[in-house]
Amino acid sequence: MANETVLMKGNEVIGEAAVRAGCRYFFGYPITPQNELPAYMAKRLPEVQGVFVQAESETAAINMVYGASGAGARVMTSSSSPGISLKQEGISYLAGAELPAVIVNMMRGGPGLGTIQPSQSDYFQATKGGGHGDYNMVVLAPASVQELADLTMDAFDIADKYRNPVMVLGDGVLGQMMEPVAFKERQSAEFVKDWATTGKQGRSKPNLINSLYLDPEKSAEHNEELHAKYMTMAKNEVRYEVKNLEDAEVVLVAYGMMARITSSVMNKAREKGMKVGLIRPISVWPFPDEAFEMALPQAKAFLTVEMSKGQMVEDVRLAVNGRAPVYFYGRTGGVIPSPQEVMEQLEAVYAKVQGGEA
Amino acid sequence: MDKRVVFDENRCKGCELCVPVCPVDIIFIADRINKLGYHPATVTEQDKCISCMMCAKICPDLVIEVFKPEKKVAG
Amino acid sequence: MKQIFAKPQSMTDKVSHYCPGCTHGIAHRLVGETIDELGIADRTIGVASVGCSVLAYEYFDVDFQQASHGRAPAVATGIKRVHPESIVFTYQGDGDLASIGTAEAIHAAMRGENITIIFINNAIYGMTGGQMAPTTLLGQQTTTTPEGRRFEEMGAPIRMAEMLATLDGAAYVARFSLHDIPNITKAKRAIKKSFQYQLEGKGFTIVELLSTCPTNWGMSPNESLEWVQTDMMKVYPLGEFKTPEEGEKK
Repeated sequence: MANETVLMKGNEVIGEAAVRAGCRYFFGYPITPQNELPAYMAKRLPEVQGVFVQAESETAAINMVYGASGAGARVMTSSSSPGISLKQEGISYLAGAELPAVIVNMMRGGPGLGTIQPSQSDYFQATKGGGHGDYNMVVLAPASVQELADLTMDAFDIADKYRNPVMVLGDGVLGQMMEPVAFKERQSAEFVKDWATTGKQGRSKPNLINSLYLDPEKSAEHNEELHAKYMTMAKNEVRYEVKNLEDAEVVLVAYGMMARITSSVMNKAREKGMKVGLIRPISVWPFPDEAFEMALPQAKAFLTVEMSKGQMVEDVRLAVNGRAPVYFYGRTGGVIPSPQEVMEQLEAVYAKVQGGEA
Repeated sequence: MDKRVVFDENRCKGCELCVPVCPVDIIFIADRINKLGYHPATVTEQDKCISCMMCAKICPDLVIEVFKPEKKVAG
Repeated sequence: MKQIFAKPQSMTDKVSHYCPGCTHGIAHRLVGETIDELGIADRTIGVASVGCSVLAYEYFDVDFQQASHGRAPAVATGIKRVHPESIVFTYQGDGDLASIGTAEAIHAAMRGENITIIFINNAIYGMTGGQMAPTTLLGQQTTTTPEGRRFEEMGAPIRMAEMLATLDGAAYVARFSLHDIPNITKAKRAIKKSFQYQLEGKGFTIVELLSTCPTNWGMSPNESLEWVQTDMMKVYPLGEFKTPEEGEKK
């Protein structure tokens, strides 16, 4: 099905995209709402001489990912919020040992067991380092099934390029919905993994995958090197979409599923003659600060909409840095803000702007 | 005379595990202190060593190498 | 003179960080000898765990991965699935394998992962300063059982070998001891067998080794060897609990 458009479910699209990106190893553990992805991999990977293992826990799964990645493979795991919490230890170790891997989080509502309904309440965990230690990873937030395919494939290249874990941050809706998708033929760069543990095979020195540095100076040096890498990632991997910023007085900010709803609200507002724009971060780490610079000369206020009690809005405030008021609207618990609700919020903010309040 | 048992004294931690296993009782702990700060195990009576390897097998620190005389070919 | 005993080729020259008289060093050497004798150094990948053996990778001249606490069998699973032709072993203590990593050990065995685990049972947490391990004997004093381990509060020692032997995926399960030369010889034979079974693709293999911790037991190294025989072996019987040829031995 090269380049032809097919109708597929989001979670399965991630699996197919991963296989086409050269991923041959998947380690997972059942949790709703991402179960279609491991099921797809269990069926698909053996067709390409790959391996699917259902682990005993998310903790074990991420550590299998660690082992396979350290052995030189393109490898992936997926889960949903409570399971991603369990994977945080392993993600920290992947970052510390500089191992590439792709981790998918199809977010559901929390805290605790929460709900199986969609949510965006793992933004902090994903972007601010959910595990221990100073580390960052690129976090990509698709907003359509097509983007699930494209960004999953990108994620593998980004992971290998920087030897760092990459997260695909979706939500329950995105994983469950069906949309047309075309898997684009692509040329991945060749990544030489001469650091991988393969058995020495004639090498004079053994390879070691490790995150332990007992000497404080060496540990500090390791952290500096990691930080320099993260700064390069922050510079190179910024992705976003903007709409109507040229004349926008109020700019909506949303990512993932929420950006689709917000975008349609923006269109309706425009029909009413309101000067409204949209910033959609695609990489939520690194956060697209530059999009706000594009908006700021005109923008009089920002309205961030999330399926959380306000997490990304903190990054919006940092990007805006006091130059305009930043408003927030969010719903939780698996409740998706409706276009009507968002429109009401937008109109309220817009009225303040017009009235010179904002 | 060539040595039958060689102690790499600077690896030794003076744990004494080798002392009681020696069937000919020639291993002792030296008064001197090695690079690691321990009193190392040592042997002086090489002629009494029977190359049994007991000391090497119980040593946790790869201190000991053992040798055996080559069989003399007649003629 | 002909050399009849030397440091294994597959081990580095580094002096270990282990305390004087700790039998970790003996276990390391037996693994090194096994790798040498089977000629597998070029295709062996070790997995170090967390605990006293955290730096195991410094002492073996083979590829290594350092795993997080308890997860070595999961890491080994990932490696082995990518390189099925390689020889993968983990080296874990009792806190790592029998406490925090119990699930990983049991499930690697359940899946019949074709890996080998070298399991050091010294009845205590060494690296963190002598706390109670799941393998700590009843009555044994540790920093967290100052009055001795009591069954009513802390349960009784866990026998991992016996437990793992019940699983169909486990091919070879044995427990031996490092407290004297005859037992060290038996331990070596078991370690070599376990690697050989892995080479033959028989499935999951584990060798539990009764080991000493003179520092945290508060005994001299030689007294510690004695204690293994007088106290530990009563709780942890030695032998093979399962072999590919005979199955589980009851």
